[in-house]
Amino acid sequence: MKKFFEKFSIHFILIAVSLLSIFPFIWLISTSLKGPDENIFAYPPTIIPSDFTWANYSGVWDKVDFIGYFINSMIVAGGTVFLNLILSAMAGYPLARMEFKGKKIAFFSILATIMIPFQAIMLPVYLITLKLHLVDSVNNLAGYIGLIMPFAVSAFGIFLMRQAFLGIPKEMEEAAVIDGCSVWQLFTKVLIPMVKPSLAVLAIFTFIGSWGEFLWPSIVLTKEAMYTLPVGVNNLQGMFSSNWRFIAAGSILSTIPILIFFLAMQRYFISGENEGAVKG
Amino acid sequence: MFKYYGKYAPYLFLLPAGIVLLIFFFIPFFQTFVLSFQDYSYDIYHPAWIGLKNYVELFHNPIFYKVLWNTFIYLFVAVPILAIFPLFIAILINQKIRGVTLYKILIYLPVIVSIVVAAIAFKWLYADQGILNYIVTSLGLEPIGWLTAPKWALYSVIWVTIWKGIGYYMIIYLAALMSVPKELYEACDIDGASFFRKHLTVTIPHIMPTIALVTTISAISAMKVFAEIYVMTKGGPLNSSKTIVYYIYERAFENLDLGYASAMAVVLLIIVMAFSFINIFCFERNKYQL
Repeated sequence: MKKFFEKFSIHFILIAVSLLSIFPFIWLISTSLKGPDENIFAYPPTIIPSDFTWANYSGVWDKVDFIGYFINSMIVAGGTVFLNLILSAMAGYPLARMEFKGKKIAFFSILATIMIPFQAIMLPVYLITLKLHLVDSVNNLAGYIGLIMPFAVSAFGIFLMRQAFLGIPKEMEEAAVIDGCSVWQLFTKVLIPMVKPSLAVLAIFTFIGSWGEFLWPSIVLTKEAMYTLPVGVNNLQGMFSSNWRFIAAGSILSTIPILIFFLAMQRYFISGENEGAVKG
Repeated sequence: MFKYYGKYAPYLFLLPAGIVLLIFFFIPFFQTFVLSFQDYSYDIYHPAWIGLKNYVELFHNPIFYKVLWNTFIYLFVAVPILAIFPLFIAILINQKIRGVTLYKILIYLPVIVSIVVAAIAFKWLYADQGILNYIVTSLGLEPIGWLTAPKWALYSVIWVTIWKGIGYYMIIYLAALMSVPKELYEACDIDGASFFRKHLTVTIPHIMPTIALVTTISAISAMKVFAEIYVMTKGGPLNSSKTIVYYIYERAFENLDLGYASAMAVVLLIIVMAFSFINIFCFERNKYQL
């Protein structure tokens, strides 16, 4: 009996917390499905729409270039992931496997970047990006590059890859070198395939981080055609001022891609094996 | 091990990452200090060197103290809740029960969703005639200006940060809980210890390092909040929900006062670096194998 009561209260609390976690979205979905004949400020509030409609979705879809935002987000997140994988793997390898002058300095310089918050250095980063003409007022390609470069590599990624290379038995390298591999061949043909699981983790978490990034794009972007999803969604508020049906529908629409991604990759996020992998 | 790589190989491998870090981390890091000694407000292309004047002004600016105070309230409210509540949830999820994966997915969901969407969702909950005020008024109380009353705005925004962080820290705690030896719990069960007693005497002491880690990372991220405020209140009303990163953004990109904003950035830098330093050298030594 005591066991039953204990289990019952655990489920009760967890259901309550789960509901609190998703309720803001449920309420947003509910609002987005309410037609013009239903007062969205009605007391008492109703979760199930009485004047059910998809019209808010088609309305916001016609006025807002979600496909464009989505493509921009894909380009930026894709480019960020791609560069992070290459640069982190390349930098992590010598830190794990080679002896060279200045290794300690390199190691601690990279470690130091973890302590520097982007928010504190963003003003010079902005000036440098302007000076390098990596902004959307030059052209779209420059705009994308400017969105990507400040996040093209992270200390987190470098240390993750270093850790992965440290775990490979040294005999692997010896065998490959005896077989006549060059360092570059050894790296690309032998070592990279062995650290694929870490690369996957790095890719997934970099993708999520880049996809949600809001501060940097809202600083550098000037053209609406270049907006990424978070910037575009924030802009809904200005476009539709108090039309909460449209704002709600647009917010939900913008969330669908990342939701699918999360559900497909959920084991990476909730297994706990990659503890602390998202940037704080 | 024999050396199979040439003299230059390590440097060539490090070079691409090094260039990016140099241009987008190290140079900006030092330039932040340089900017803070300059005045950009008259001519953005020819800043004037004004020594410590930005700092003197900053420390005589009541809004700066207000903003700093708000940031610390953010910390004092969000950090203890984020250090304790997710641990409680993690312990519950760690019991042998059904539906664990579903609970984890639902509680983790806010972490994955864009902060902009989360802030919009909460703005809607907080609306003057919104659903939260319905609850408040049906309890017989006056409706609350969640985002419009200076007394409440900051706390309403803090709640969004907390809500969005719970799942993230829960997963960190779940990973730590795996390392607690099962025999200790069995011993407790034999002794007939209660649920709370068991976790107070076994779990908490065992995962103390993780609690400390969560405290410092949640403190660092609380120092850096921006999007919640930008989307929900723009720092208002009357600066009541303005925190340091938002104020830096406002001074730099709305008032185009890069020097002044940089002086604030230096203050932010020093505080965050202190937290991070503790974090890395006390709690994350293993992660970096120092």
